[in-house]
Amino acid sequence: MTADRLAGGLYRKRGVPAESVPEMSEEQNKDGGAVEFGAEALVAYEEILTHYPERRAALMPVLWLAQHEFGWLSPQVLSYVSDLMELPLGWVEGVATFYTMFYKRPMGKYHLQVCTNISCYLRGADDILGALRRQLGIAPGETTPDAKFSLDRAEWLGSCGTAPMLQIGDKQYVENLTVEKVIDLVAKLERGEEV
Amino acid sequence: MSEKLLLRFEDVSTDLSDIDNYVSDGGYETARAALRDRSPGEIVEAVKDSGLRGRGGAGFPTGLKWTFVPKGTGKPVYLLCNADESEPGTFKDRQILEHDPHQLIESMIISAYAIGCIDAYIYIRGEFSTGYETLCRAVADAYAKGFLGKGIFGGDTEVNIHVHRGAGAYICGEETGLIESIEGKRAHPRNKPPFPAVYGVFGCPTIVNNVETLSCVKHIIERGADWFKSIGPESGPGPKLYGVSGHVKKPGVFELPMGTSLRELIEVHAGGLRDGRKLKAVIPGGSSVPVLRADEIDINMDFDSVAKAGSMLGSAGVIVMDDSTDMVAVLRRISHFYHHESCGQCTPCREGTGWLEKILARIEEGHGTPADLEKLDSVAKSMMGTTVCVLSDAAAMPVRSFLDKFRDEFTAAVSGASGRGGESARAVA
Ligand SMILES: Cc1cc2nc3c(=O)[nH]c(=O)nc-3n(C[C@H](O)[C@H](O)[C@H](O)COP(=O)(O)O)c2cc1C
Ligand code: FES
Repeated sequence: MTADRLAGGLYRKRGVPAESVPEMSEEQNKDGGAVEFGAEALVAYEEILTHYPERRAALMPVLWLAQHEFGWLSPQVLSYVSDLMELPLGWVEGVATFYTMFYKRPMGKYHLQVCTNISCYLRGADDILGALRRQLGIAPGETTPDAKFSLDRAEWLGSCGTAPMLQIGDKQYVENLTVEKVIDLVAKLERGEEV
Repeated sequence: MSEKLLLRFEDVSTDLSDIDNYVSDGGYETARAALRDRSPGEIVEAVKDSGLRGRGGAGFPTGLKWTFVPKGTGKPVYLLCNADESEPGTFKDRQILEHDPHQLIESMIISAYAIGCIDAYIYIRGEFSTGYETLCRAVADAYAKGFLGKGIFGGDTEVNIHVHRGAGAYICGEETGLIESIEGKRAHPRNKPPFPAVYGVFGCPTIVNNVETLSCVKHIIERGADWFKSIGPESGPGPKLYGVSGHVKKPGVFELPMGTSLRELIEVHAGGLRDGRKLKAVIPGGSSVPVLRADEIDINMDFDSVAKAGSMLGSAGVIVMDDSTDMVAVLRRISHFYHHESCGQCTPCREGTGWLEKILARIEEGHGTPADLEKLDSVAKSMMGTTVCVLSDAAAMPVRSFLDKFRDEFTAAVSGASGRGGESARAVA
């Protein structure tokens, strides 16, 4: 399976655009190490299965687990999940590509996603994104050469009361942003400080 | 209504997401008493009698929906809590999830008991990581206290709650998309009928309710249907969470009686507009509902009144725009969103949302022609009522209403002398 097929092909509509998915290489595989759950992850896997009457239904939480274990859902990871859960590979790929929070490419250590939807837009999201572009020297969809930062636009993060805002990875929200705040945020992350 | 219920956490000094604090505050007593003293049928009746209507967007009567669950099928019944909170402009459920999750859990115990459900799921959007963690901890704590699982409160009822994390797809908020997603699939909405109450998740009878809807149940059971009915209009009463965002001084979520006036919401609760600015437009119920002009805000924010004014209460996510707002740019953002989020299974929606965005991009960048306005309107028309789910209608409605209410601005934008273009125009490209 090529990365191109993973990203596009049948699943064009909600997949990531083909050009943003790099070809797999040894380099990127190293990122995740061996593609197999360790003992702890296997325990978590078994626990997940208990929440659903059929195994297939556990696919999304298992993909989350795999993403936390391996950093992103490379073709190898998807193939491992497909074997583990005894689901067709095409099915696993189909689900992985449908949901935007499942990474189909390696991400920088800090994945900054700026909400650019309406309430954030009304309160200056474009200025925030612009400041980040300048500060990091990358455009949305790109990662810095030192693999520290990835930048993206997000569609709606459910935080309009504290707009503009951004999300770091699948974790933290940083709200009520200003250009100064966001520059400060990058500096802190650069130094590895808590934000 | 001075006392807050849904947002009680704002009034108390302790952290209600901590189960001990919640219990000291009287928490779980309503569920305990309900399971001990009332039959499931009595609870369904009380909810029906209260007039509670769904807070997820459609306003369907909750008690009535519960009666659609067929009896004696031999299949399990599922209760799904819709915590996808995916409609732009909406950020109300998050308050409950992050600050008072036990209110939701207690309400779900009562609701599950009422409809005969043993396994309930909360589908929380993937982006809400704090809410997810808070919820997982709250559910674990409730199990540890014997409030969930087998033989809860020492009786013979079993209720389990599972938390299912989404992963970024607006369409999972649509109830059948949500069901498909829980089943481990791409969230392609299903044709209805059959409705979920008859054939839902795992092929079993399923009730889908919004976080805020379910959270009301505990209060109805505690204080009675008559109390609930005494708040706001008869046609859809109760306390209501309104989220106000955009160009106001104090954006936020406000708990007020259903039917509070839109003007009061904006001018009093949200602190009015930023200094020196005048109101231009308001989207009253999340980005998919028709926009209102500044002279149309003297309406009550309840299902029927907003509908009468030609819009919808939807998710009560109020987006306020002042006179500095470029309506073409705003509409382009909205259209970009729906294009990005269309699941792609129906042609009018998949192609239509793309066309809307493309034409609006052209107009915003100063390359539009008068014919583009007609095209926008005809594409939008062709998208309504022609697809499996109403995302397509949700994408079309704002286009038609923006064109209708702010025609001059769109006409000027395609006049050739608009001076459009530049950085902001390219930002969503
Ligand atoms: C495109 C689309 C998105 C929706 N998003 C949500 C949502 O994020 N949260 C929600 O509770 N309901 C949402 N709904 C409504 C649900 O389909 C469903 O009607 C609701 O969850 C039922 O709960 P209620 O009766 O308590 O309102 C959405 C509907 C559509 C068509
Ligand atoms: S059926 Fe796919 S978005 Fe509506």
